[in-house]
Amino acid sequence: MELSLATRTVGEHTVLEVGGEVDVYTAPRLRERLLELIDAGARHVVVDLGRVDFLDSTGLGVLVGALKRLRTADGTFALVCDKEPLLKIFRITALDQVFPLYPTVEAATGAGK
Amino acid sequence: MATVRLSFSPAPVHVRTARLVGVAVARRAGVREDLLDEVRLAIGEACTRAVALHRQYGVVEPVLVEMSDSGAYSVRVVDRAPIEASIGLAALDADQLANESLNEDDLTTGVGFALLAGFVEDLQVRPVDEGVGTEVRMVWPLAR
Repeated sequence: MELSLATRTVGEHTVLEVGGEVDVYTAPRLRERLLELIDAGARHVVVDLGRVDFLDSTGLGVLVGALKRLRTADGTFALVCDKEPLLKIFRITALDQVFPLYPTVEAATGAGK
Repeated sequence: MATVRLSFSPAPVHVRTARLVGVAVARRAGVREDLLDEVRLAIGEACTRAVALHRQYGVVEPVLVEMSDSGAYSVRVVDRAPIEASIGLAALDADQLANESLNEDDLTTGVGFALLAGFVEDLQVRPVDEGVGTEVRMVWPLAR
């Protein structure tokens, strides 16, 4: 399934809803969108992975890149994910200790800025 | 003897095709359903790594994927990049991953290896027998 990207605003958070497959071919589009959002001034970004059915190392690299970029800009970056296969990927790579992970968008946007 | 052999030009767009074929062959071979997500991810990671190496070193030869179901389901992903560049299983811990000085390519490589090592119990990365390059060999048991 192709990558889909949709943005909405929840309070002071910018929520990027990602769907489909995030891999070596589609990850550059995700990177581009995240950079656009940050360049446009978004400082509290939540990426909702709820409709992602495939995520590889390239996609994870893009997400870490956004986290670091926002951190240096005094922003915040969080992920929404409640699918066990994806959570397992975060655990195996130790990225569950790097990203703030929330089960819902509500939890991500309500738990600090 | 390979059951299915696939070679593709080293472009990111073809990695998805390799994943789909790899999972289709795994399913037909009798790999347990609950392992298929891991098979898909591992084949994708091995192919992504091969494509990245080919592009990094300007290697235009195709990446080779061989799938065999004799006894177990085994997959070989063969690249033709310089060997010294290809081997090096670097597991990164959380502090390294979050370190500002780690660039995205190195991070992706480290995470890719972590996924391969984490999802494939029977994994080998070794030089190819002939010529330059490495092969990533992954084996999964068959349920039947």
